[in-house]
Amino acid sequence: MSTASTNPNDVPRKAESLLVPSALMRRRNAAEARFKAYGIAAIVISLATLAIMLFTIFSDGISAFSQATLRFPVTMDAATLDPKGNRDPADLAKVTTIGYKKVLEKALIAELTQRNVDVQGVSAKDIGSFISGDAPARLREMVLADPSLIGQTIDFSAFATGRIDGYFKGRVTMETAKLDSNISPEQLQLADRMKAAGILDVRFNPKFFTNPDASDTRPESAGLGVAIIGTLYMMALVVVLSLPLGVAAAIYLEEFAPQNRFTDLIEVNISNLAAVPSIVFGILGLAIFINFGGLPQSSSLVGALVLTLMALPTIIIATRASLRAVPPSIRTAALGVGASKVQMVFHHVLPLAMPGILTGTILSLATSLGETGPLLLIGMEAFVVNYPAGPLSGGVMDPATALPVQVYAWAARSDPAFIERASGAIIVLLAFLLVMNIVAIILRRRFERRW
Amino acid sequence: MSVFLLLVVIAVLALVGFVIGRQRALASAKGNVKDMHSLPVYYGWHGALMVMVPALIVLALWLVIQPLVIERQLLNYFPADVAESDAARTLAMADVRRVAEGLDIAIAQGAMTETQAEVLRTDAGSVRDRLAAVGVALGAEVTPQVLAAAQEYRNHAVIAGIGRSILTLLVALAGLIYGIRITHKDFRARNRVEQVIMALLALSSTIAILTTVGIVLSLVGESLRFFTMYPWQDFFFSLTWSPNFQGDSDLGLAPLLWGTIYISFVSIIVAAPIGLFSAIYLAEYASPRVRSVVKPAIEVIAGIPTVVFGLFALVTLGPMLRDWIAEPTGLGNSGSSVMTAGIVIGILNIPFVSSLADDVINAVPQAMRDGSYGIGATKSETIRLVVLPAALPGIVGGMLLALSRAIGETMIVTMGAGAAAKLDLNPFEAMTTITVKIVSQLTGDTEFDSPETLVAFALGMTLFVLTLGLNVIALYIVRKYREQYE
Repeated sequence: MSTASTNPNDVPRKAESLLVPSALMRRRNAAEARFKAYGIAAIVISLATLAIMLFTIFSDGISAFSQATLRFPVTMDAATLDPKGNRDPADLAKVTTIGYKKVLEKALIAELTQRNVDVQGVSAKDIGSFISGDAPARLREMVLADPSLIGQTIDFSAFATGRIDGYFKGRVTMETAKLDSNISPEQLQLADRMKAAGILDVRFNPKFFTNPDASDTRPESAGLGVAIIGTLYMMALVVVLSLPLGVAAAIYLEEFAPQNRFTDLIEVNISNLAAVPSIVFGILGLAIFINFGGLPQSSSLVGALVLTLMALPTIIIATRASLRAVPPSIRTAALGVGASKVQMVFHHVLPLAMPGILTGTILSLATSLGETGPLLLIGMEAFVVNYPAGPLSGGVMDPATALPVQVYAWAARSDPAFIERASGAIIVLLAFLLVMNIVAIILRRRFERRW
Repeated sequence: MSVFLLLVVIAVLALVGFVIGRQRALASAKGNVKDMHSLPVYYGWHGALMVMVPALIVLALWLVIQPLVIERQLLNYFPADVAESDAARTLAMADVRRVAEGLDIAIAQGAMTETQAEVLRTDAGSVRDRLAAVGVALGAEVTPQVLAAAQEYRNHAVIAGIGRSILTLLVALAGLIYGIRITHKDFRARNRVEQVIMALLALSSTIAILTTVGIVLSLVGESLRFFTMYPWQDFFFSLTWSPNFQGDSDLGLAPLLWGTIYISFVSIIVAAPIGLFSAIYLAEYASPRVRSVVKPAIEVIAGIPTVVFGLFALVTLGPMLRDWIAEPTGLGNSGSSVMTAGIVIGILNIPFVSSLADDVINAVPQAMRDGSYGIGATKSETIRLVVLPAALPGIVGGMLLALSRAIGETMIVTMGAGAAAKLDLNPFEAMTTITVKIVSQLTGDTEFDSPETLVAFALGMTLFVLTLGLNVIALYIVRKYREQYE
């Protein structure tokens, strides 16, 4: 008698073939397929979101690099610009931008008449409002710099105002123009005719990279100049401050530190600092560097100090990893030919670990490049129109902004033209990041050794 | 002598020390390097360090102590109530420094002579206007006390500057002479130089501790000041948040904490399944080729600045959720909402969850999978019943870390969650978080003496404790798990 037949659970089963899946097996196989599909779906969802996000940013932002521009000859009317007729710079400076605006307005209308563009009842004032508020100021600066321009006729190019620009980029339509007090459908139709006549065209706009920020009413002249300078200053300072400090700290901890409580304390601190929310570093910067240390608000120096403190834990961790990757044979060989421990580290281990250290540094620099929250707290979201001074004349103490902060500041404004600018700024920011990451990848590929 | 010039002089002396030190050592060995204890360059470095280290230490100490001493001496220019209150004294001293700086600039530009600056009085016309003419903007008209104190400050600063230069140079010279005299072929220059290097290395490694101390000091110090102005019971237990810069604010933590937790919860609902399932697929199913493409692609998400996600929430996802879901169902009409911010933070956290989960899944020993296959389990059954339970502590730890990141996230909530502090269950309502309020209370022109501003430090403290606690718990769980298989 076999024990199996006495087992009450042993119900006789139908004979089944291994080749024909049973109902249970089919269920299990279906569960298997479902499970695998969940995994694929998860990956597809995350990559699709990434793609959608980048696509919307690029499609919103790419138009920020081009700009509707008016080009027409301007006759510098001496009677308006130099009422006293003596070309005295002090008297010239008394003519405000309003005077220059009149000159531009007159010149544009004259050009329209000359090219036979039918204005169809659009008033002179409304034609004048085509010209960006930034153009009269620019013309005034040109004249103040070179008074001999008065009386001459020069070719001048001025940005069209943000609404006209938006019309050619599809942001402003006839329907929205009807509801908008700043622009009328008649003006837009006139803009079309001006474009056909060659007075107005949409062209690449290098000023987007060089102009400083502009006020709410003239999005067309807002640029990234100050933000790019501020970002470059900060990145340079972060490298100068964090690389030596981080590498020195890592060398000490990895190569020399005795195993004691103090070393443990440092290590715990480093790993915890890496997880502290970035905004807390902003509070630190505000309380210590600005309120206590008396450093100027909104300056790239304070921004760089805060970002350095944030970047240090990452740099220390990356440096320690690449020091650890240098094999012990190198160390013993150096010690064997009589090098001291310090010589062994600085002459042999450090040079071999350098590619890894640089890669880690660049990657953590890329992270701090995109950091926004802490910079808001130290006042870098301020509206800065003046370029910071050169690096040797204390430019790091001047107010500046940074690329990500500029994105935030523009996104917070009401005119949708600034959303286009913000997206454009993101494209510039992503380009910076891409370059840094490519450099890191190249460094890793070319110099990293496998022992 | 300005500090910069002083540094240049020290550098030159150090160079002299380097050259002479090296020469002397070589000369004492009659040019025979083999006779010397260290390589010649170490004698040079020793000479240079003997100049730089003491001189720089003295200079640094002087620069820290000088303003403190001068400010003490200027206190008698101010009434007792100003001198005794910390905040008022700091403000008064800032005014004094600014006026003194202005006078310096005026003299440098030739708008004033040295004597004019010293005899300048407030009754002889507006000092503010005269300083504005040289580009120094002052907030208010200069009071006679401030002007007198500023003139005194300048006098002290001049004397202190001379003292500083003399002392630093003396120390540098003494170092130079000592360095030269001690240099001899048998002198252990390398050991001395290496000691200095070691000290510098050890000093740099304390920067992490200094940062932590700085964070804790700034948070605790200002939070304590806040709690002297505003009762702590109200901060922790009041259910309303309505700051009012005219005073009489209600600064309850609860609505902010609720918004933070709600949004982080939504973000985990998004990030956990997507991150976990992509990690499972990448670790268990994907071929090496797919893995080598998809894994970096997912990690690209982690490399994108958060302000980009913020703009995405503000411009794209927020209006989309509002038009497609919230308005048709009547749940709300705001683009910024808990859902918007939560989903976007969730997306941001996908690579984080996925790479942590990937690590722990890969750490599960292959033998466990083989055992499971051996008794006939399918791949998905193995994963669900064997791999995941074994990896569970690591996964939970990863989720907690993701939660802590969501709580500390700033830009996405600032741009996507809204500013209304309320206790609500509807996920399509705009709500606000601790980080949003830290930003809004501390940006713009702020004076650091009202509870409305200082509350940001108490909020920062709450945030710091919250995220640190979560991290400690998470790391504890992860570490405990790792010990089992290693």
